[in-house]
Amino acid sequence: MSNSSSITSQTVLHIASLAKLTVTTDQVDALAQGFSETLNVVDTLSIIDTKNIEPLHVVTDTKNVWREDEVDAQRMFTQEQALANAPKKHNGYFVVEQVIDQDDA
Amino acid sequence: MPNMTANTLTLLDAITALKNKTLSYQELYDATYSVIRTRNKETNTYLTIAQDKSRDAEKLRDFPLAGIPLAVKDNFLTKDLATTASSKVLDGFMPQYESTVTARVQAAGGITIGKTNMDAWAHGSSTETSDWGTTKNPRNTAYSPGGSSGGSAAAVAADMCIAAIGSETAGSIRIPAAWCGIVGLKPTYGRVSRAGVVAMGSSLDSPGPMTKTVADAAFLLEHMAGHDTYDATTSNVPVDAYSSTLRKGVKGLKIGIVYIDHPQLVGSKAAECVIEAGKLFAKYGAEVEIISLSEHVEKGKILTPQHAIAVYTVLQRSEVSSNLARYDGIRYGHGREAMGGEAKRRIMLGTYTLSKGYADKYYTHAQQVRTLYVRNFQELFSKYDLLISTPSPGYALPIGESAKSPMFGELVDMLNEPSSLAGLPAISVPCYHDEKTNLYLGLCIMGNHFQEEKLLQAAYLYEQQTKWNSWRTS
Repeated sequence: MSNSSSITSQTVLHIASLAKLTVTTDQVDALAQGFSETLNVVDTLSIIDTKNIEPLHVVTDTKNVWREDEVDAQRMFTQEQALANAPKKHNGYFVVEQVIDQDDA
Repeated sequence: MPNMTANTLTLLDAITALKNKTLSYQELYDATYSVIRTRNKETNTYLTIAQDKSRDAEKLRDFPLAGIPLAVKDNFLTKDLATTASSKVLDGFMPQYESTVTARVQAAGGITIGKTNMDAWAHGSSTETSDWGTTKNPRNTAYSPGGSSGGSAAAVAADMCIAAIGSETAGSIRIPAAWCGIVGLKPTYGRVSRAGVVAMGSSLDSPGPMTKTVADAAFLLEHMAGHDTYDATTSNVPVDAYSSTLRKGVKGLKIGIVYIDHPQLVGSKAAECVIEAGKLFAKYGAEVEIISLSEHVEKGKILTPQHAIAVYTVLQRSEVSSNLARYDGIRYGHGREAMGGEAKRRIMLGTYTLSKGYADKYYTHAQQVRTLYVRNFQELFSKYDLLISTPSPGYALPIGESAKSPMFGELVDMLNEPSSLAGLPAISVPCYHDEKTNLYLGLCIMGNHFQEEKLLQAAYLYEQQTKWNSWRTS
């Protein structure tokens, strides 16, 4: 079997961090193997010549759609609605994780 | 004497009975809740059940849908009714607005009586990836109902609702419809709004009706379809009066039979049923031909669905990685650590296929091959009105099969992937019943963009002239 798209454990950890997902060490090997298997199937596509073929962007004839830049008051959330599902809130705001180091502040 | 089997009525019969007052709202809702009580625990069909709605329903007698109880897949946002898309990430989430589809159906007098189980985020073809446990096929509980709209199909098959709403990316309506022996219609991409539907593959997602009969699907679709300012990909093409043209038949239509020479179908019961269906359409005046498969795009032939597995895998995972990036656990829902195994796998592979250095090799190349599928169908539809095949090469698979392959869903959905990639409408109707297992096979009828009317006409004729629909024969 072709090993052209073999995914290493290191790559798995890299894409997990790009996707902001955590994977445990005991999952890494199984993930790497599953991805390699899947990509080997995907690689079968390389037999298809797509020179001068436009990549598809939209399946029906829909064109760019414009609308007036107006507020639709009926559809606007109240602050209460916007915060209704927030796990952490403070004085009417979402609480987010600190992303700037304290030293940099 | 109260009608304790009112839940077994078709959508159109229930509406007629309610409007004529030969059936009371109390009877209909009692019968429906009663079967939910006896069968839901065993089949794990509904995740959330709304409290008795018969009083609300009674006020809707003069509306087109007359207050009938509908089951809705758990990826449609429903105000004041918990919505999780079967993922623990959305455990406890309460939508603050209603999806366009459910809002339209409600405005027409439909009542959402519950939210149905699905593969988590619609990632799968068996409901087995649901974070709330798998749904069992009510026709035979050792088997999967298919997926991802497995809960909606099960709710219809077990008469735990009068009709249901599902959604399909590639096979998620057609597979469960076939496996549960019901009717499922995947509309043209852009025919039905995606606004307020938890996004999976945004260039593919198509909400659609899942019903007991073809006439029910036609009627429900009329109340779901149409342009929506909140989904820019919806079309301005007018919605046809599907119900009033159902009886037109297939006289003069050109119908092509496809995929029966694919190795997975050669010699199968499903292929035999498709050929039988072709004969039936010919008897009623259609010109029917077999279209052979080809490895490369060739005039007059259909491109093998084999390549679509790879195309679909890349595009769907890429779109998943982008769509599921919004779940940050800040504005709503739990953090990304709550993602299940399948969601993590799909997000990560999609992140890889979109990443620098790989996007051209995987994503762009897949979109180019997708163009080839679109051109292939365009050429075929310049000659044929409809194409027929099957959504699934066989019956429902036993519970537990999905764990055996990292591409289980893609392999199960193979026959549906080319038409989904091209945004085409398709319907699945029961075309065989196995007496021993009580399981079904499905006939798939596909049409060109916005040709829902034509495929409903063919499906209606087929349903009327065969004995496979369990509501018409019981």
